[in-house]
Amino acid sequence: MIGSPLDLWKEETLTKVLKRVAELVAVLFIVSLGTFWLVSKMDTDPAVTMLGEGRTEAEYAAVRDDLGLNDPLLVRYWDWLSHAVTGDLGKSVVPPYNGISDRIAGALPVSVELAVLGMGMALLFCIPLAMWSAYRPGGRVDRLVGAGALGVLSIPSFLAGLLIIMVLANGLGWFPRAQWTRLGDGIGQNLYHAFLPALTIALAETAMFTRILRNDLVTTLQDDFIMSAKAKGMGPVHIMVSDALRPSSFSLMTLMGIGLGRLIGSTVIVEYLFALPGMGSLVIGAANTGDFVTVQGAVLVIAVIYVLTNALIDASYGYLDPRIRRAHV
Amino acid sequence: MSDLAQTTDPAGAMDPAAAAVTVVSAEDAAAVRLGTPGLLRCWLPLLAGVAAFVVALVALRGQGWLTAAVALLGLILMHAGGAALGRRRKGPEFDLTAWLCAIWLAIIILAAVFAPMLPLAEEQNLSLTLDQPVMARPDLLTDHPLGTNNFGLDLLARVIYGARASLVVSIGAVVIALVVGGSIGIAAGYFRKLTDATVGILTNSLLAIPPLILLIALATVLDPTLPNIAFALSLMALPSMVRMARASTLTFVQREFVLAGKAMGASHLRLMMRELLPNVILPLLSYGMIIVSVLIVAESSLSFLGLGIQAPEPSWGNMIAEGEGNTFEEHPHIVLVPGAAVFLTVFAFNMLGEKARKRFDPRQAKI
Repeated sequence: MIGSPLDLWKEETLTKVLKRVAELVAVLFIVSLGTFWLVSKMDTDPAVTMLGEGRTEAEYAAVRDDLGLNDPLLVRYWDWLSHAVTGDLGKSVVPPYNGISDRIAGALPVSVELAVLGMGMALLFCIPLAMWSAYRPGGRVDRLVGAGALGVLSIPSFLAGLLIIMVLANGLGWFPRAQWTRLGDGIGQNLYHAFLPALTIALAETAMFTRILRNDLVTTLQDDFIMSAKAKGMGPVHIMVSDALRPSSFSLMTLMGIGLGRLIGSTVIVEYLFALPGMGSLVIGAANTGDFVTVQGAVLVIAVIYVLTNALIDASYGYLDPRIRRAHV
Repeated sequence: MSDLAQTTDPAGAMDPAAAAVTVVSAEDAAAVRLGTPGLLRCWLPLLAGVAAFVVALVALRGQGWLTAAVALLGLILMHAGGAALGRRRKGPEFDLTAWLCAIWLAIIILAAVFAPMLPLAEEQNLSLTLDQPVMARPDLLTDHPLGTNNFGLDLLARVIYGARASLVVSIGAVVIALVVGGSIGIAAGYFRKLTDATVGILTNSLLAIPPLILLIALATVLDPTLPNIAFALSLMALPSMVRMARASTLTFVQREFVLAGKAMGASHLRLMMRELLPNVILPLLSYGMIIVSVLIVAESSLSFLGLGIQAPEPSWGNMIAEGEGNTFEEHPHIVLVPGAAVFLTVFAFNMLGEKARKRFDPRQAKI
């Protein structure tokens, strides 16, 4: 389509990779510009945010000048981007005025841990559920799991989190609410405190995964090699686990890529709900206090991670599923 | 009152328990053999359900969780009996859940539209509710059927006015996304080449920010008014609409009827409007229904975080947020009432959207 000089290379893979990288850079550029432009439109005055109300106009003007707010947008954008590339996202405009890169470095591991735990839990739950309901498609278990999945998908994550707190933390008292221990302070405590938030994240993911894996399992189970495994006298559990699962798991991989945005969204909400010191709390806190530099930096970091992860997942299909490799290249 | 409680209580307690055993097997059997006697499979659970519901309302009035559990049990029994009855009368394809979803959506939309004309208690103005009970529990037989919040505002009224805000914003956003995204997608699929590549990069850029983060970033900039929130939500729905429209345009643009139109000298605009649009719009509309549910969740999340519709004005999200902290420990209905409204509405849209998609999406139909 575009980039005709690239077509001169006959190695199609190389062309594809380069095209993909060029597209990635273009997308990241547009995203960063968009974020910067958007947040610069914020109607709270950073000078007022920094100094508080009731100073003289000259003092505000000095701060604005200091922040470079009087320069044209593109100059400021370039300034911000060139610093951002070197890992410096500027300083917060609200007390305690610390560096944003440091704050993000502190918050990111929490969010990543939550997302990974939630995703892992969802995988753990979905495989037996999907197998059980694919075993007899249209049977009672299948209908129950299907209806349950649609039901769970219709519960917004903040509501699910509140209900989980209501039952497991307040009602039964098994888990604490709103505490966090760093991974460095002992893995047992950390996992104990991360369980409820991760469970909240896992709920919706499990429903999504179960539905898709069940459909693929049902299709796979009609294949000839399953018939031959049955003819050899393999039990249903053995067939499910060692014959049907792997060929059925590719849509699941795709879905994990597509669902990443939702995963980040529910992580944000869960962090807010359980008061965990992650990226979500950082962004929401900054959005509420008018700290535009932090919003810019955090959104940029999240977008970069999101785009890169998606690209990685995209690239890994070919390695996991030979059929795709042949079909598309 | 106590007399009534004495007489109906044992019967009500026995009935559902006995019927619950039969329901599960009844539902199964009714699906297979339609000619079996209907009394056990349809009427018994249905009547037992009604009885349990009445018992919950009258005899067990004001018992908190017990009332709620019995009422819920009654509803489940009624659903089981109703579904079996429907299958007997209308054939095995009858889907009671889908009908109930449609009815729920009709009720909530009509209530939202005609809210100012309904005899509802005060939902927003704190100064008018000074004499009202505070944090009243839901009780269908009082002036506040769904209870009140900590300012004595009526939750039924707030749920309906909240539906107003949520539905206006979400449906408005879907309509914007449908019109704008649909035309961009059709144009991209029709013209291909540079148009397609540019549109592709722009949609990818919009998709490159996780939806909720995009919403939060937009919410920090825009004032939280209804049109602004609708605009922000439409940006969230736009890229998938563009992609859907483009994908279905690609399948139709090579078909003979488009070629014939081209050969007869039809203009680009005519081809897109008269030949492509009618084919592309059906899957888009059914997808729009599913997207509405996503947007309702997004809007309520935003309001829950305090970045969407602001507090005195009710929205499902900020109503649920009222129960945050330790409020819902003592007064669970503050969370459960608006929560049930969100859940039922989202579930109904999901259910009907999925049914519509199975019917109208050409890619699903082929499989």
